[in-house]
Amino acid sequence: MTTAAVVAPSARSARPSPLRTVRDTLVIAERNLIAYVRIPEALFFSSVQPIMFVLLFRYVFGGAIKTTNPGGYVNYLMPGVFVQTVAFGAVGTAIGLAEDLQKGLIERFRSLPMARSAVLAGRTVADLCRNVAVTALITGVGYAVGFRPSHALGFLAAVLLLLLFAYALSWGFAAVGLSAPNSETAQVMSFPLLFPLTFASSAFVPVQSMPGWLQAFAKYQPVSEVIDAVRGLMVGGVPDVSGHVIISVAWAAGFFLVLAPLAVNRYRNRT
Amino acid sequence: MILQPAVTCYNWHMASVAIEARDLVKTFKGGVRALAGVSLEVERGSVFGLLGPNGAGKTTAVRILTTILRPDGGSAAVLGHDVVKQPAEVRAIIGLAGQYAAVDENLTGLENLRMIGQLCQLHRKDARRRAAGLLEQFDLSEAASRPVKTYSGGMRRRLDLAAALVDQPPVLFLDEPTTGLDPFSRSSLWQVIEQLVGGGTTVLLTTQYLEEADRLCDRLAVIDHGQVIAEGTAAELKADLGANRLDLDFASPEEAEKARQVLSERLTEPMNLRESVLEVTIEAGSRAVIEALRVLDDACMVPSGMAVREPSLDDVFLALTGHGADEQ
Ligand SMILES: Nc1ncnc2c1ncn2[C@@H]1O[C@H](COP(=O)(O)OP(=O)(O)O)[C@@H](O)[C@H]1O
Ligand SMILES: [Mg+2]
Repeated sequence: MTTAAVVAPSARSARPSPLRTVRDTLVIAERNLIAYVRIPEALFFSSVQPIMFVLLFRYVFGGAIKTTNPGGYVNYLMPGVFVQTVAFGAVGTAIGLAEDLQKGLIERFRSLPMARSAVLAGRTVADLCRNVAVTALITGVGYAVGFRPSHALGFLAAVLLLLLFAYALSWGFAAVGLSAPNSETAQVMSFPLLFPLTFASSAFVPVQSMPGWLQAFAKYQPVSEVIDAVRGLMVGGVPDVSGHVIISVAWAAGFFLVLAPLAVNRYRNRT
Repeated sequence: MILQPAVTCYNWHMASVAIEARDLVKTFKGGVRALAGVSLEVERGSVFGLLGPNGAGKTTAVRILTTILRPDGGSAAVLGHDVVKQPAEVRAIIGLAGQYAAVDENLTGLENLRMIGQLCQLHRKDARRRAAGLLEQFDLSEAASRPVKTYSGGMRRRLDLAAALVDQPPVLFLDEPTTGLDPFSRSSLWQVIEQLVGGGTTVLLTTQYLEEADRLCDRLAVIDHGQVIAEGTAAELKADLGANRLDLDFASPEEAEKARQVLSERLTEPMNLRESVLEVTIEAGSRAVIEALRVLDDACMVPSGMAVREPSLDDVFLALTGHGADEQ
């Protein structure tokens, strides 16, 4: 019996360093981005829904909705569409991880000497990149239908804020994806979480127009806070913008700090 | 040496054992007891086969040994590293090809292997070179830059095995590596495994086929309902069974059933009806074959085909457990 190949090379180090976590994350992110580029249909379909919403609310419902912000309803609408779009993008995180699980890829990754959080971090980073692309596209569509942000810096700050929030949220949906038996169920599990957050919000209509019991939720729930902050930064007309920004950042930080460990725990202990 | 005989002996033992499992127990949520105290010892540089029917607990054992699953009880070590306490060390020295090919459909074969290489801490260039080498070795060079989506089942399996070898692991786990492969792919995979073992790799594989275990494995453990029910070399297991099988084909299941009734009046051998095939277990070297044909002839029944076979895993199972390999 030969022992030559049996001795582990000394180059193998067992404990992942922070640098290695970053490297592994980038390798996984690249893998997911290759898939996004290779199946452009996925990106296309995730953009169709927000574009329909823009057209629907701009031209069908918009006339009946009274808002007081500068620039008319289209300027009220677009910040809501941006936030809704990236929030729904988080479903992609859940579906993608459920698919990886179904195909046995997660098992393989778990048997490799790689950083434990990298599979999830790589996925969420890739989804962040996808959100950047979708946001750029929606900006173009918004411009075409008359959306005019009041200044470029405010717009950029708002985009950063909504990407940050979406990133934190995607960790929660990573946990959902890792809890689902398959990708269809992951999708079905995601929508009941997202619908109240995105529709019982200030996205399309002013919260004041809702019944009292719903107002209480719609006004203070995290997605409304982010929409108000984004709307204030993009087009103005929102009182106490900095307050909304601070609360939004706090929600994002809170989500990340709670949901990321939860997702990593699901990843490690999934049987 | 004279002063510390016990210690010397212990070290020798450790050095020769690659995989060691002691009383592994695993109960899944919902109360399924997948492993009910499994102990194994795999010598370095050898091929060990875990045989068992569907649901026996093979995959669960492999998942525990590869740190994917924690056992509820018992312990296991790979090259001396405890799978629960030192999972990172274990992951650095093992390769795993799971029951279903775990490759990314959207990536090309090359991209898949390069990714695994990078995750095993190879630099991008080295990972690429290694990937290209493995694709060559597994006869996938032509498909290297095609998305895996376009691969056949056999090609995926080969790629999956290549992925397990990227890091040149000294210990390799293969969960049903040839299930669902055509005979040609199967035998070429066998050759690869034999080459690896020739190079000093320790292999633990699971299989449902006795033929495969026979060909590849130095030792086998048969498991059923989460327990090891027999252990030894393939030759030992078959010798323990001491029986061959006579298969009699009939035109219809009804006719086969009639033949069984006729035969059971005169023969004591255990019989098993499988559609229109009657399987008769016979003692090696007994006169039962001739006897069975004479009885059928007397009853004017002519089988449309017949064969005497070496015992299959089914027969080993039937003998060891009283139920077939495809029943629970
Ligand atoms: N993740 C799981 N959750 C619940 N039960 C499981 C799980 N994995 C396996 N089992 C059950 O454990 C038993 C052993 O399964 P497994 O180890 O996959 O067997 P084998 O690989 O030999 O076919 C089966 O009854 C199976 O249904
Ligand atoms: Mg199995």
